Amino acid sequence: MAAALVNVPAKAKRGAVIEIKTLMSHVMEPGYRHTAAGEMVPRDIVTSFVCRFNGTEIFRADLFPAIAANPFLSFFTTAGESGRFEFEWIGDNGFVANASAAITVE
Amino acid sequence: MSSMFDPIHLSRRHLLQLAGTLTAAGTLPLITVRPVQATPAMLTSAIRNLVGEANVRVGKVRLDIPPLVENGNTVPMTVSVDHPMTAESYVKSIHVFNEKNPQPNVANFHLTPRAGRAQVATRIRLADSQKVVAIAKLSDGSFWSVSVDVIVTLAACTEETP
Repeated sequence: MAAALVNVPAKAKRGAVIEIKTLMSHVMEPGYRHTAAGEMVPRDIVTSFVCRFNGTEIFRADLFPAIAANPFLSFFTTAGESGRFEFEWIGDNGFVANASAAITVE
Repeated sequence: MSSMFDPIHLSRRHLLQLAGTLTAAGTLPLITVRPVQATPAMLTSAIRNLVGEANVRVGKVRLDIPPLVENGNTVPMTVSVDHPMTAESYVKSIHVFNEKNPQPNVANFHLTPRAGRAQVATRIRLADSQKVVAIAKLSDGSFWSVSVDVIVTLAACTEETP
């Protein structure tokens, strides 16, 4: 159900600034909409995103209903050593999704 | 004036329901726009919550967002801060606010000196034409901001589900 797309360069030169792009498939129901019958549609959003590199947090985001469906995030990091990026999305109704990507730094 | 045209009692919902019954039933989607909206005062208080008594200076922050948006459901936004990212001096966090969505917060981004570049991109929803504000907090505790006016043709957030 939850599908994550992450885009991390497979290789980078030591010290290079690289861009990381992530996309999580999620409705991001803002909780302010009504059905035709007038019932409120309950909120269901991703509330937080964390990116860790070799266990150390390098980027974190708190998300609100104003984030569009299928939340996309792009950010930067400096390539210091080879290792693994781990991504985690946490949301309403116990939503948790993970992804990871390896990078070789030379 | 008949009471039907009393502006207090004639809501957009009534109008659209009327329109819905005039056309073949159910073919016209009913849009139930709620009056829920953040106010400029809520924006100010959300910013106060973040910065406290600190002085927020204008500058350093750049907010790239289309000035005219056709569909408020996905608006690409890039926020960047013109500041070095070194261990001694870096951008700690970037906070994005809006004026007229149901709530004033859009997103908070927490960075580290290892980011290399203080730039984050995402896609946001805008419920109305409004001001979008980005505030950067630097490691020395200073705050920098920028605000951009965006015109939205088709609103997001509060429309009815299909």
